[in-house]
Amino acid sequence: MLTRFLLLGLDKKAGVLLAVLALLAVAVPVMALGTAPDSPWHLSTHSVALMGKYLCFALLALALDLVWGYVGILSLGHAAFFTLGGYAMGMYLMRQIGPRGVYGNPILPDFMVFLNWKELPWYWHGFDQFWFAAVMVMLVPGALAFAFGWFAFRSRVTGVYLSIITQALTFALMLAFFRNDMGFGGNNGLTDFKEILGFDIQAPATRVGLFVATVVALAIGYILASSIVASKLGKVLVAVRDAESRVRFLGYETERYKLFAWTLSACMAGVAGALYVPQVGIINPSEFSPASSIEAVIWVAVGGRGTLAGAIIGAVLVNFGKSYFTAALPELWLFALGGLFVLVTLFLPKGILGLAAQLRQRLPSRGAVAAKPAGQKGV
Amino acid sequence: MSAEDTLLYLDGVSVSFDGFRALNSLSLLIEPGEMRAIIGPNGAGKTTMMDVITGKTRPDTGTILFEGKTDLTAMREAGIANLGIGRKFQRPTVFENHTVWDNLELALKAPRRPLKTLTYAVGRDDRLRIEEILDITRLSPKRERQAGSLSHGEKQWLEIGMLLAQDPKLLLVDEPVAGMTDAETEQTARLLKDIAGKHSVIVVEHDMVFVRELGVKVTVLHEGSVLAEGSLDAVSANQQVIDVYLGR
Repeated sequence: MLTRFLLLGLDKKAGVLLAVLALLAVAVPVMALGTAPDSPWHLSTHSVALMGKYLCFALLALALDLVWGYVGILSLGHAAFFTLGGYAMGMYLMRQIGPRGVYGNPILPDFMVFLNWKELPWYWHGFDQFWFAAVMVMLVPGALAFAFGWFAFRSRVTGVYLSIITQALTFALMLAFFRNDMGFGGNNGLTDFKEILGFDIQAPATRVGLFVATVVALAIGYILASSIVASKLGKVLVAVRDAESRVRFLGYETERYKLFAWTLSACMAGVAGALYVPQVGIINPSEFSPASSIEAVIWVAVGGRGTLAGAIIGAVLVNFGKSYFTAALPELWLFALGGLFVLVTLFLPKGILGLAAQLRQRLPSRGAVAAKPAGQKGV
Repeated sequence: MSAEDTLLYLDGVSVSFDGFRALNSLSLLIEPGEMRAIIGPNGAGKTTMMDVITGKTRPDTGTILFEGKTDLTAMREAGIANLGIGRKFQRPTVFENHTVWDNLELALKAPRRPLKTLTYAVGRDDRLRIEEILDITRLSPKRERQAGSLSHGEKQWLEIGMLLAQDPKLLLVDEPVAGMTDAETEQTARLLKDIAGKHSVIVVEHDMVFVRELGVKVTVLHEGSVLAEGSLDAVSANQQVIDVYLGR
């Protein structure tokens, strides 16, 4: 039954995307580790981390597209789930530092010693175990999304109002995490990580390992999402997006369906955040800022809402552009991002993938028109 | 007749919106297998009546029992639909981005929980049933078309097909022939009469020709309560009904 379900999502588009990911998973390790540093094929550790970061954002965009593109829930707070996953991983990485911190305390992270705390807060227990952190990476964002969705969907909050409270959610979390006495390092966040699963976090091989883990996570996320979308459940989700009350009169409890997609999406965002933190080396409350969530919406819009693969393409392209612009013309980036959103909304309502589909539809018809006069000539 | 023998039992149902009484102590009995036409001028409460039966609107007072035992006033839309009450809206509401086939597949009687739909595969029985409904509604050649691209009449038929797929005990049909051609109206009347053999049907309609074609018991609503009940000829001869329709 599981294989049948997973095969549902494997169409041609999925094949191409998974092939590209497989290629990345092979080529990047070879180019980063198997070539001499002066070879033109060599990938620096910095580049590997950058690509890994893009793919984490791609997983976040994929999670967002599942709820926005297919259920019509425009979340302006998805970075909250991403960041919570990131913090869960950050807590594990902090506990791994052990006595190597500046203050040399084997249990307490540096910022707690600095704040003169005597013992570890209860919610930091267990994070010295990787498996525990890995569970929390999905459980914490998932539980928050479940509770939030339970109340929001039951009270039938939809549309703009729902978007606004998702934005409020991430803003509230940002303010909370900025406070020192929350026990998450205040505005400095968690950083100065040493190792993950016993491997030096700065070592090129570890970076490559993290990159491959991100590729695998993205591939799993994609297969899962596209299988769900292709199943009857996915059809119900699209029906909820287009005519929710009609779906209720067919006997479907639409709240349950929304809650399912919403919670799953939050878990995926959490995994993305958890993979992001060891690759960028820091997590702080600014990741909760409303702008991060809105940027994620732009990635999905640029790539093509409701296409899954488009979300991935959009996230990678926009972030590549961001890396380029913020280095070359730093003061122009925000204008470029804003302009991009306006242009896409006006001229590419279905994003890059929508444009590609349009072109493909137009080309054969043009071919048919061209064939006619040629035929007449022959006569 | 006692409440236990009825399929649907409404007693003293009232609903107010901002002081406007949409339903005023409405009482109505529908027997199993019965087909009933509801007529009435605009604002008589026809659509509100459908809303309270299907759980979209909660009545302020009154009793609504299904099959003489289940209290519908305490239930939500999905629960009521799963008891076996299907509804067709005045404006055809189909899932425009889904194919005709998928629309029927979604409506088809099957477990409605998310994990059941996640692993659902169309079995042989389900396939045959959908094929059968496609034939009845004459949509078979258009099964792969997006529902949004159908004509108005075809959407009405698809929605009736979705009701058939749902296989409810009671169908509520709101103005099924609004905007249809005469030929389509006639076909729709025939289709509804076929359905009425196996299900109970409540049809709300303005079109008197259509109601005459159905040839069933008629209930006239006015200002949220029942004004008259009986055959179409009997109610048309009723002086009160004539007054209401002439706007006195």
